[in-house]
Amino acid sequence: MGFYLAQLLTGLANASSLFLIACGLSIIFGVTRIVNFAHGSFYMVGAYLAYSLVTWMDGGIFGFWLSLLVAALIVGVLGLIVEVTILRRIYHAPELFQLVATFGVVLIVQDAALAIWGAEDLLGPRAPGLARAVRILGEPIPEYDLALIVIGPLVLGAIWLLFHRTRWGILVRAATQDREMVDALGVNQRWLFSAVFVLGSALAGLGGALQIPREAVSLQMDLSVIGEAFVVVVIGGMGSVSGAFVAAVLISVLNAFAILIFPQISIVLPFVVMAVVLIVRPYGLFGRPGSEAGGAEEPEQPLRLMSRRGAMVLAAFVLILAASPAVTGDFTSILLVDVMVAMLFAVSLHFMMGIGGMVSFGHAAYFGVGAYAAAMGMKYLGLSMLPAMALGPVAAAGAALLFGWFCVRLSGVYLAMLTLAAAQILWGVTYQWGEVTGGDDGILGIWPAGWASGDKAYFYLAMVLCVGGMFLLRRMAHSPFGYGLRGVRDSAVRAEAIGMDVKLHQWMGFTVAGAFAGLAGVVFVFSKGSVFPDVLGISQSVDGLIMVLLGGIHALAGPILGAGVFILIEDWVTRLDYWRVIFGGIILVVVLVAPDGVAGGVDRLLRAVGIRRGDAT
Amino acid sequence: MLKVENLTARYGRAQILNGVSLELGGNEVVALLGRNGAGKSTTMKCIMGLVEQKTGVISYDGADLMRLPPHMICRAGIGYVPEERRIFPELTVAENLEVGRRPKRDGAPEWTLAHLFELFPNLAERQGNLGKQLSGGEQQMLTIARTLMGNPSAVLLDEPSEGIAPVIVEQMARVIAELKAEGLSVLISEQNLYFARAVADRAIIIEKGALRYEGSFADLDAHPEVSQQYLAV
Ligand SMILES: Nc1ncnc2c1ncn2[C@@H]1O[C@H](COP(=O)(O)OP(=O)(O)OP(=O)(O)O)[C@@H](O)[C@H]1O
Ligand SMILES: [Mg+2]
Repeated sequence: MGFYLAQLLTGLANASSLFLIACGLSIIFGVTRIVNFAHGSFYMVGAYLAYSLVTWMDGGIFGFWLSLLVAALIVGVLGLIVEVTILRRIYHAPELFQLVATFGVVLIVQDAALAIWGAEDLLGPRAPGLARAVRILGEPIPEYDLALIVIGPLVLGAIWLLFHRTRWGILVRAATQDREMVDALGVNQRWLFSAVFVLGSALAGLGGALQIPREAVSLQMDLSVIGEAFVVVVIGGMGSVSGAFVAAVLISVLNAFAILIFPQISIVLPFVVMAVVLIVRPYGLFGRPGSEAGGAEEPEQPLRLMSRRGAMVLAAFVLILAASPAVTGDFTSILLVDVMVAMLFAVSLHFMMGIGGMVSFGHAAYFGVGAYAAAMGMKYLGLSMLPAMALGPVAAAGAALLFGWFCVRLSGVYLAMLTLAAAQILWGVTYQWGEVTGGDDGILGIWPAGWASGDKAYFYLAMVLCVGGMFLLRRMAHSPFGYGLRGVRDSAVRAEAIGMDVKLHQWMGFTVAGAFAGLAGVVFVFSKGSVFPDVLGISQSVDGLIMVLLGGIHALAGPILGAGVFILIEDWVTRLDYWRVIFGGIILVVVLVAPDGVAGGVDRLLRAVGIRRGDAT
Repeated sequence: MLKVENLTARYGRAQILNGVSLELGGNEVVALLGRNGAGKSTTMKCIMGLVEQKTGVISYDGADLMRLPPHMICRAGIGYVPEERRIFPELTVAENLEVGRRPKRDGAPEWTLAHLFELFPNLAERQGNLGKQLSGGEQQMLTIARTLMGNPSAVLLDEPSEGIAPVIVEQMARVIAELKAEGLSVLISEQNLYFARAVADRAIIIEKGALRYEGSFADLDAHPEVSQQYLAV
């Protein structure tokens, strides 16, 4: 009995921390409609700042709590800076831009934290006055956990009062329901948004600061918490504070008991719960359909069929690519394989987003399934290279068929979140299920067959597969199926009205995109000879998004250019010490200065010098 | 005085307004008439700064409104009552009114809660109810009351009689008369000629985003072919 109570109390203490992070995220999303990846960074910075302040002040009980509050306040100011300099400019941009921009902030903050606090994990002091454990029904319960259990509901109560008893709070709630109307009633949204962002960031900072007596402060805190925070926000209903509280309690308590039965489940469980909730209640427990994602209506341009000259330029590129091993070294060939893999991955993601209109935050899932399926086919089924290669896209298509069926039932940010959940579930399973997947150690020794084993030989095989894959996807974009998908993207209502099965189209589009991502994964695994769980991770998914964004979403050549640029930049900057800052900076510059990406930039350049004609709108 | 000259507007590629001009004088009630899709709501949204792609001139008491964001247009004294009502469903009636509250403005009547509840007795009883719990007519009253909380000097009323019971339509006519009596200017979009005639001083008719008629109701009655052609009578 006492044991179960202890388990429950641990769960509730975890719920409090989770709630603090998630409610800030939810408030920010509710008003600004920004899916803020940098929220995890604010959490991490809060923890670091609290660590520094507490150790520097060393002032007993009062000093400890004051430090936490000051840390939260500083993070709030940091949030203000990010909002004013970056986010304010992209509130009307498509979700993709917002997501990638906030990811740029993540990268920059990571390096800033590395520079300030170093790479070592920092072990914070215990909370003065709450350093011991009390016995409840014979079980030791840390006093600090009890404090957390009280703090969570206290913060919930304070936010409730703020939102229901002050004019500011009423305006914020009104803005989550209809921000344009709030504007038309004379409220300057700029300040509302900034203030909301400060509040949300400060709450994340407080959440991080409160963690220091419980866990070591590390540079991994940001991305490790953000996934779970998203889950809580989505389950609770985006924009709902009480929803976030209920969801945090639900997840944490479920987790506290589930690990008793099945210790490996903790990474996967939140995402499974989220998937189930979204399938049953597409807007979360307390969400409203009205708060549909406010992503921008981007003026859609029709895809242009490539001109004769364009096709010739492309053919010339392929020829140069094919001839490159003759004149360059093996090293370049290896790099070019990376480039081609990235291109196919980006083109498949673009097919889903640009053509299919479905934003995916978890496209790495299908890349990873392809890679793992090929690796496992070789390892367990004893397949030779080509059959193992064939297995990859088939398995990826299967996974996409399964997850896609659920995902296409949603739209906008909710769909994107479910794709993220799917990827995180696969990542968690792969990571935890060591006996089959090798877990963290991955699967090694997946080399090409003898005839394809040289760097140059494999280069040609990769080229056939990747260029072939991109060609097929392009053909599909211009087939009746592709036109149908675009019709669905532009107006689901109209497509339905003329008798198209909207969901079926999206489902098939999802599956096709997944299959080709799987093919990219296959080429990848044989070029590296090994595969690790991070091919399924958030970073891999975001890389794909960055490539699509770099290239420009409106052109079919966009993802190809974007992937090329991405890999070349990555190859260059990752040799530097603080590459994340540079990379994050590049991302922000592209988002803020050249929102139509490299392809758009090239296009404008061509128009400016008069090579390509067309109205410049 | 509110002045619109040669206003054009489009949503993406669809050109909706092709040069609308109109004037709304001080303490005047003008009816903006036209069929479904004629561009009445779009005209109002343009005035309110809710349409991005537009050209022409919009000014109020000499101040240029073309480039202002909606909240600045509201602060210039123009109140907007949207066709879809757009009350905040999860806020109570009292909170909905609070969102609209603004300080008193020179040269515009000041509306107190007491005065508004006198005008809309139903709302007084329902102050604690959520917006989404109100009936259509009550929602219509709430959206007008919410706008009046901003103490505007001119109000854009987009089809206030649409989809509500005849008794409430009558009440709406009394409300508009009261607004005029208080000194407000009102631009009211309508499809219902009889309602418009009952509340407005003069009429403007648009069709396919362009002006077709401007004048008194008496003149309009003298030329039935005009209303025949442009209105659903
Ligand atoms: N957001 C929008 N995007 C694209 N087209 C729109 C949009 N809003 C309105 N339209 C189109 O603009 C045209 C004019 O619409 P508007 O709402 O101004 O007409 P209206 O005169 O108010 O009609 P109603 O009496 O039906 O309210 C219509 O053809 C409508 O389909
Ligand atoms: Mg209308």
